[in-house]
Amino acid sequence: MRISTKFAPRKSTDGQPLSCITETTLKPEQMLELYRHLKLTRLVEERLVNLAKQSKVVGGVFRSLGQEATAVGSAYALGPGDFITPLIRDLGAVLVKGIRPREIFAQYMAKAWGPSGGRDLNIHFGDMEKGFIGPISHLGDMIPVMTGVLLAAGMQKKKTVAIAYIGDGGMSTGAFHEGINFAAVQKLPLIVIAEHNQYAYSTPTNLQTAVNDLAEKAAGYAVPASIVDGNDVIACYEVTKRAAEFARGGGGPVLIEAKTYRRRGHAEHDDQRYVPAGEIEWWEKNNDPIDRCERYLLEQNVATKEKLEEITADVLREIEEDCAWAESSPMPEAEQAAYGVFDNDIVPPSFRPEVLKN
Amino acid sequence: MATATKKEHKSARPERGGQATLIEAIRQGIWEEMERDPTVFVIGEDVGAYGGAFKVTDGLIDEFGKGRVIDTPISEAAIVGAACGAGLMGMKAVAEFQFIDFISAGFDLLTNYAAKSRYRWGANIPAVFRGPCGSGVRSGPFHSLNAESFFLNTAGLKIVEPSTAYDAKGLIKAAIRDPDPVIYFEHKKLYRLPRLREELPADDYIVEIGKARLAREGRDLSIITFGAMVLTALDAAEDLEKEGLDVEVIDLRTLAPLDRPGILASVKKTNRVMVLHEASRTGGIGGEIAAIIAEEAFEWLDAPVVRLASIDTPVPYSPPLEDYYLPQTKDVLEAARKLAAY
Repeated sequence: MRISTKFAPRKSTDGQPLSCITETTLKPEQMLELYRHLKLTRLVEERLVNLAKQSKVVGGVFRSLGQEATAVGSAYALGPGDFITPLIRDLGAVLVKGIRPREIFAQYMAKAWGPSGGRDLNIHFGDMEKGFIGPISHLGDMIPVMTGVLLAAGMQKKKTVAIAYIGDGGMSTGAFHEGINFAAVQKLPLIVIAEHNQYAYSTPTNLQTAVNDLAEKAAGYAVPASIVDGNDVIACYEVTKRAAEFARGGGGPVLIEAKTYRRRGHAEHDDQRYVPAGEIEWWEKNNDPIDRCERYLLEQNVATKEKLEEITADVLREIEEDCAWAESSPMPEAEQAAYGVFDNDIVPPSFRPEVLKN
Repeated sequence: MATATKKEHKSARPERGGQATLIEAIRQGIWEEMERDPTVFVIGEDVGAYGGAFKVTDGLIDEFGKGRVIDTPISEAAIVGAACGAGLMGMKAVAEFQFIDFISAGFDLLTNYAAKSRYRWGANIPAVFRGPCGSGVRSGPFHSLNAESFFLNTAGLKIVEPSTAYDAKGLIKAAIRDPDPVIYFEHKKLYRLPRLREELPADDYIVEIGKARLAREGRDLSIITFGAMVLTALDAAEDLEKEGLDVEVIDLRTLAPLDRPGILASVKKTNRVMVLHEASRTGGIGGEIAAIIAEEAFEWLDAPVVRLASIDTPVPYSPPLEDYYLPQTKDVLEAARKLAAY
């Protein structure tokens, strides 16, 4: 099967720095909304790093620095009734789906007001109303789970489409294979976004798979595939919009490989000793998705520099407010640990044995 | 020369109640729940036109269509994952493992997704994971498993295993109606056992999850067991009665959460306990039950709690080997006599 490279990365032909594709149906206000989501994602993560330095984050901090456009652009192409299941590096998609930064801050800080009440970390939660189903740490597992979401939506006569994000590492799991194979057999409207950010923890792609392009794997399931420039937010939007139309129309699953680059380590503790010298700096200087989006908006006269600064200031205000809210939350009551394994009306919460009491 | 006859395809709706074997009881239960609740669906390998390897889902596809009886690839991760995802959307999967041995291929999603979802973010997964378990049928290391111990240490999974046709139907219906994930083990040796054929009520009933059954009342010692071993225990109890020993048999029916009050009531009555199960002894459910008794009824015991279980090997194929592996009635008799004389 042919892999579409219509939106694949292009080298700069005129020596000018990279921008975004101009072939788009997005309206100027939508482009500014995309820009806002990109900035929000990056600045929420920067705040999380600061909170971690102040020892306010209990677990690890996971960055999507340098690859925010893939999550933001793709999720933006979905409708309100559609679902996403992100990876740890898809905070941008979660925010696009309407999750507020305050939920993210409270969750990272293990607070009672966080969406899991302190029971789980980072973006490991969900909001069915908003079409967000959080991942678990086990890579690949969410592909089979999303087949169930879409099977159910079909039974309920809903025209739902879903994105499941996966990476160059996660695609090595058995669950990925079982999930996409089943989705293909059932012709489910699943968009698999394969984020090729070149490292799975420390392992480079050539030790993960023998294919050059992750998109090649789709042929094994008779699933059409495209390659997109994952650092071009407009291209990510356009390619996903087409995939969503195809899937919603009954065409079955689609796989999109987004070529991008992970500029930070697996988590903030990772010193990235395995990365060749100069590589990160090259991507930072030449292919940053937010720089590219800014350049595009200015080139296309969608916004002035002042307008972009205004958006950034607004994002910072939101972060300030939400962070303060999350910090004001208490930690969970210790005894809450015993509740909620089952429906508490049927099975009471679990406590310590009687013999240790009194 | 014998003429090959094609097996008649039994697609008819099962009777509501009436005489039923254990397998017919399960089929009745699933069928009735699918009629009652349009959100219930069946998913698994060969569950559609073929009706499942053991025919538990026979005829469902003709009645409910392939939209509600879904044949899958050989992909336990896909089966469990799909059941979980559908559960998030409010649909209730009755997912089949062709043999419970293959549950290992769905272990990750069962223990990490299904079990933890409610606790992590309040999203309960109403799904049933069922399939044929059990040894004693000469099926060797990969078609004979009793898998309960793999899941007992995972919070968030309910586990049931019936030993009568009545309970089989009542428990499958309760499992389907339960808001949380339930693993439903079906001992394949009991599926068509004539001894278990019984008259089921015609009315809609369930057997509550979490409640053990007093399979036989006695005063002298308690055998706590479940599944096919209930029959072994009852056989032994009959022989022991002739020797003047009055044995009580508790059929757990639910393995998680265990019926602690039910177990402890029997212990306090007989003061001598044997825990009997098919799975290997080390790390088996017998250890958990013995520990509960030690913690909560220590002063009621007149003898140590005895565990009688299979030896710590895979399940062997050849009849003499498998019979050696599995506790037999004679083993129960010997152990009961020693326990009574302690």
